[in-house]
Amino acid sequence: MNFSPLSRLAAATLAALALAGSAAAKSVELLNVSYDPTRELYVEFNTAFAAHWKAKTGDDVIVKQSHGGSGKQARSVIDGLRADVVTLALAGDIDAIAKNSEALPADWQTRLPHNSAPYTSTIVFLVRKGNPKGIKDWDDIVKPGVSIITPNPKTSGGARWNYLAAWEFAKRKFGSDDAAKAFVAKLFKNVPVLDSGARGATTTFVQRGIGDVFLSWENEAFLAVKEFGSDQFEIVVPSLSILAEPPVAVVDKVAKRKGTTEVAKAYLEYLYSDEGQDIAGKNFYRPIDPKFAAKYAAQFTKVELFTIDQAFGGWAKAQKEHFDDGGTFDQIYLKN
Amino acid sequence: MSRSHRSVIPGFGLSLGLTLTYLSLIVLLPLSAAFIRTLGMSWDDFWTAVASPRVVASYRISFLASFAAASVNCLFGLIVAWVLVRYPFPGRRIVDALVDLPFALPTAVAGIALTALYAPNGWIGALLAPYGVKIAFTEIGIFVALTFIGLPFVVRTLQPIIEELEPEFEEASASLGATRWQTLRRVIFPQLVPALLTGFAMAFARALGEYGSVVFISGNMPMRTEITPLLIITKLEQYDYAGATAIAVVMLGASFLMLLVINLLQKWSRRHHTV
Repeated sequence: MNFSPLSRLAAATLAALALAGSAAAKSVELLNVSYDPTRELYVEFNTAFAAHWKAKTGDDVIVKQSHGGSGKQARSVIDGLRADVVTLALAGDIDAIAKNSEALPADWQTRLPHNSAPYTSTIVFLVRKGNPKGIKDWDDIVKPGVSIITPNPKTSGGARWNYLAAWEFAKRKFGSDDAAKAFVAKLFKNVPVLDSGARGATTTFVQRGIGDVFLSWENEAFLAVKEFGSDQFEIVVPSLSILAEPPVAVVDKVAKRKGTTEVAKAYLEYLYSDEGQDIAGKNFYRPIDPKFAAKYAAQFTKVELFTIDQAFGGWAKAQKEHFDDGGTFDQIYLKN
Repeated sequence: MSRSHRSVIPGFGLSLGLTLTYLSLIVLLPLSAAFIRTLGMSWDDFWTAVASPRVVASYRISFLASFAAASVNCLFGLIVAWVLVRYPFPGRRIVDALVDLPFALPTAVAGIALTALYAPNGWIGALLAPYGVKIAFTEIGIFVALTFIGLPFVVRTLQPIIEELEPEFEEASASLGATRWQTLRRVIFPQLVPALLTGFAMAFARALGEYGSVVFISGNMPMRTEITPLLIITKLEQYDYAGATAIAVVMLGASFLMLLVINLLQKWSRRHHTV
């Protein structure tokens, strides 16, 4: 082949430029595989982290985001989606990655403070303006004629928190697991659509106008009110709800192969920093740091929260009893 | 090879080899992968995976809705194809192109558009809501989506056949004293049956496998509006790879059986209806 002198010159210039660029500042790319309602949080956080990293090391970092139902996202990572970090809805999904792909150690949750959950959230009710069905607590939503929107607990992390919150409420009120199961069965009788992830369910409730009450992540409910106006929706906080701890983790195997271990670790640690905690609070997540928890306390209604470890003995047990094939969720549909 | 065995057309060996390799790579390899996955399961596990009540309910809705949609498409697809071939009218080219739209459109787009239209606050849904008729998030929604994606299969299969129909047959039939209805039933229809069956089979098979458009409009309720492809995806999302492939194998078997039956029917109708 014949190259003209001009094109040779151009190629040489390009190569020189590329070399110069890499010598001055490296450009790193991270992929953060997350669940549905964290889009807005991480858009803001990524910009802040990029600025922080640039100031600290001089390197550019571009963080790409992927969102979907938490279970689906975990499966993509197991199947080979090259995520440097995962920030999912529940520990069980990251456990599944650890178990099925061995991309990170089984004790991943001990590597960062607070069970690797830099922020927490809970489940609240989103209802239409004026609360026409008079919904105040879990009792009210299982009444006949109330239509409930929740995603499918089989695929959505948020929906599993919904399910367990309702279960624990009924168990405390009626005193037995059988009563709780009957309660949850009644609840799901009122569900007309099961979307696979939280964002799809939000669309069904907000855009399609289906349902009287939407069992939602707290931050997703705030976001819906913020986006579509408080003249359309209001938030109702039940008397009891679950403390949801969405955990984060570096996927060691992928990060090691891509050479991003250091920046991936720093990325997650930055979630615990003052800036990270502030951004979490701004996006309606409950910050872990007491300082920022106090700062944003006013925006959250006080609610009695229980943890999954107290009530259900941890994710592994809850997953097996309730959401695996043949678990209570399958059973209530067979009876209906 | 002796000369006498050679085909008149050269290149048979090469092209057959290419055909087999290509088919094996593109079709057989993925299919056998599905089978091999299930080989690791015990018979009991396999049976629990494919015959649990929720899975059986999904077969029922998938097959019934696909069958209904393919049948409706046969009737209206026949009319559309007939009109497009036989009657010149202004804008025929445009209508003809419209038929291909469900082919070309990403199915998710179709699903979103249909849901927006038929949801209780959509244009059509809002008209029907006062009468208590619900389309989106019910079985009817699934049927609507499957009808939409299946139409081009029937029309495009029938069109060339109708184009080749000899008008002389119809003229002869009329001059021999047949009524219009008799001509239609005895002369035209039998010639269309094989193509109609093929169109039906393709629309049906396509509907069985359809996922993208249906998940938006069906509501995905276990036991009621959960289609089999969705159940396969749900199983995958629960890391139950073996269970998912087991159901896939059942669907594969069903599709294969169906194609076989349709092929036999075609053979039979060709024998009995050739003019």
